[in-house]
Amino acid sequence: MNGRRLFGDFKVVVLSYRRNPVALFFSLFFPIILIVLFGYILGGSGSVTTPLAVENLDHNSPASQAFLSALNNTTLVQITMVNYPPSEFASQLGDNGYTSGLIIPDGFQANYTNSTPVNVELFTNPQDASGAGISEEAVQGVVTAFNLHAACPTCSPIIGITPKNVGSQVYKEIDYLIPGLIGFTILTSPMFSMVDIAASYRKDGIFRELSLTPLTKAEWLTSRIVWYVLLTFLSAAIMIGAGVALFNAHVELNAGLLPFLVAGPFLFVSIGMLAGTVARTPESAAIIGNIITFPMMFLSGTFFAVSLFPPWLQSVAKILPLYYVIDGMNQVMLFANTTRALTDLAVVMIIAVVFFLLAIRFFTWRDE
Amino acid sequence: MGQAIEVHGLVKQYPGLTAVDHIDFQVASGSVFAFLGPNGAGKTTTTEILEGLRNRTEGDVRVLDLDPWKEGRRLHRKIGVIPQDFRFFEKINPREAIEYYAALFGTDPDPMELLGRVALEDKADSHYDTLSGGQKQKLGLALALTNNPEICFLDEPTTGLDPHARRAIWAVIRRLRSEGRTVFLTTHYLEEAELLADHTAIINHGKIIAAGTPGEIIRRLGRPERLVIEAPPSLGTYLQDQAGIPAEIHDGKVEVPLRAKGDALRVLNAVASSGIPWEGFTTAQDTLEDVFVRLVGQMDDGALKSEAAP
Ligand SMILES: Nc1ncnc2c1ncn2[C@@H]1O[C@H](COP(=O)(O)OP(=O)(O)O)[C@@H](O)[C@H]1O
Ligand SMILES: [Mg+2]
Repeated sequence: MNGRRLFGDFKVVVLSYRRNPVALFFSLFFPIILIVLFGYILGGSGSVTTPLAVENLDHNSPASQAFLSALNNTTLVQITMVNYPPSEFASQLGDNGYTSGLIIPDGFQANYTNSTPVNVELFTNPQDASGAGISEEAVQGVVTAFNLHAACPTCSPIIGITPKNVGSQVYKEIDYLIPGLIGFTILTSPMFSMVDIAASYRKDGIFRELSLTPLTKAEWLTSRIVWYVLLTFLSAAIMIGAGVALFNAHVELNAGLLPFLVAGPFLFVSIGMLAGTVARTPESAAIIGNIITFPMMFLSGTFFAVSLFPPWLQSVAKILPLYYVIDGMNQVMLFANTTRALTDLAVVMIIAVVFFLLAIRFFTWRDE
Repeated sequence: MGQAIEVHGLVKQYPGLTAVDHIDFQVASGSVFAFLGPNGAGKTTTTEILEGLRNRTEGDVRVLDLDPWKEGRRLHRKIGVIPQDFRFFEKINPREAIEYYAALFGTDPDPMELLGRVALEDKADSHYDTLSGGQKQKLGLALALTNNPEICFLDEPTTGLDPHARRAIWAVIRRLRSEGRTVFLTTHYLEEAELLADHTAIINHGKIIAAGTPGEIIRRLGRPERLVIEAPPSLGTYLQDQAGIPAEIHDGKVEVPLRAKGDALRVLNAVASSGIPWEGFTTAQDTLEDVFVRLVGQMDDGALKSEAAP
């Protein structure tokens, strides 16, 4: 690697890119459009019903079932019956993505019929203000109705609510979306243009001309990687900024994100170059590029969280390199799960190095 | 002065086609060598073998005492190349292009000075995709010079250019020669070879059919200088039969080859004494073009005949 050659080549990449409005649009404005579009789509479907995890410790007694069916009839909450160890209820809620939960205690029916005071436990997360409010409203309504129904208005209420906090972080869908969409641009922006460049520079003889200069293949590829890394930094910053500013997204900004913003473009510049190299013409390069890009575009957790997929599709997602980029960014930006992020990073780096070496191995400046 | 390029028994076979068929030539350092031939003759193939862009099937090739195929990286630092279809990054202007090549070669030319040498200063800041064909070719020339090459390879640098642009390229080629560089030029324009080249080789169907200085080729293969008289054909018959002077009829004019200084006087005397009326006379000499057209024509006629034979 020679610094002056690398820098000279890099300059040509930057100038060519800067003067290409379509490329600029797709790498800088398109991400904003994606964030805004998906932010509003997800925001619009805003939770009218709040998911509520319910644990019935009263062994499905008729009274507890009547209570739950009344709760269901409020249509404010969407009840899912769970079976967590009562001592871990709060933490299990968090781990399973619930922000609200309800425990109906053992002896609920007996106490109710005896008019002995009994409390249900309602877990809410203060950070999810709207979810907490909705589940409180629903549970409170049903409790009041049961109390009225059971006793004289003058008596003290039988059923009470013990409020509890769920300590877990609240995630909105936009939170998941930001790493996904950053992953989307990490994939598409180098892939589409590298595939095209690799094939059309060959066709136009530009590679032949470069073959007569001391520029090496590794330098040529590296200057593109550096450029796409910078572009990724820029578009990630734009997307995070837009997500936070417009949709109040929660983003854990830490240095752990940076390795993914480097490794991702490194990987996809190499894959794009390899794809464009094995394709002999720009037309077949575009086809090969699409075949590689499209599954990753949708199945790697870009627009939809992979955990929502059926198991077989999850296995498919896990053979796609982009999955590890996005999962790693999720771990860093949402869950602060360093171990898993490091594993993801290692996977991405290994694949990237392999493809980089393959691209250099198979790429020839000229045919003979 | 040594040889910049030496080629012996060079053969290049493509599947089902011998594009270059046992050719030999040398190019002296500091000279302009024109490789002249019609389309498909094998010029580009030969040029690319010399540049180290293609491997050869057979033969010895030395360029600056290097084997272009095996020692390409070293050779490329010493040569400048404009390919037949020179293309460049569309959105890069000539100044940036020169800075780019300078960075790649690790040289420090002054971009404007280099563009001045190819008369392209006024387009220094125009993107490549807005340049005309001639301007693109000039940029190719300028780029070929960024590494201060000992040999410049120009593959049909003027094909498709207007006469003005062509002359500008010629001026650059002359200048390259005056700077002591070797120029390897391919062309299918005869006048280009005649005007610029110290040495010319004519190639057709992969074989060199004539080589030497343009003057030598004309003397050897062209018809001798001749007197062309505007007169009726009967004058030709008279000169042949009565005066013993070999005369031919060409394009309705009487032509007499001139072999010695006194020939012209003798012929004119015979014309005067014939009493046949005549309009005027000129002398004519074959150009390289006449030779070329005849040689290539003969070969192609031959080829056609043998193809037509049962
Ligand atoms: N890569 C190739 N594969 C097969 N045939 C080729 C190739 N390149 C050139 N040819 C053939 O070789 C012959 C000589 O071509 P070329 O050297 O380009 O001629 P010129 O430059 O004199 O026009 C032509 O018949 C051409 O079709
Ligand atoms: Mg050619």
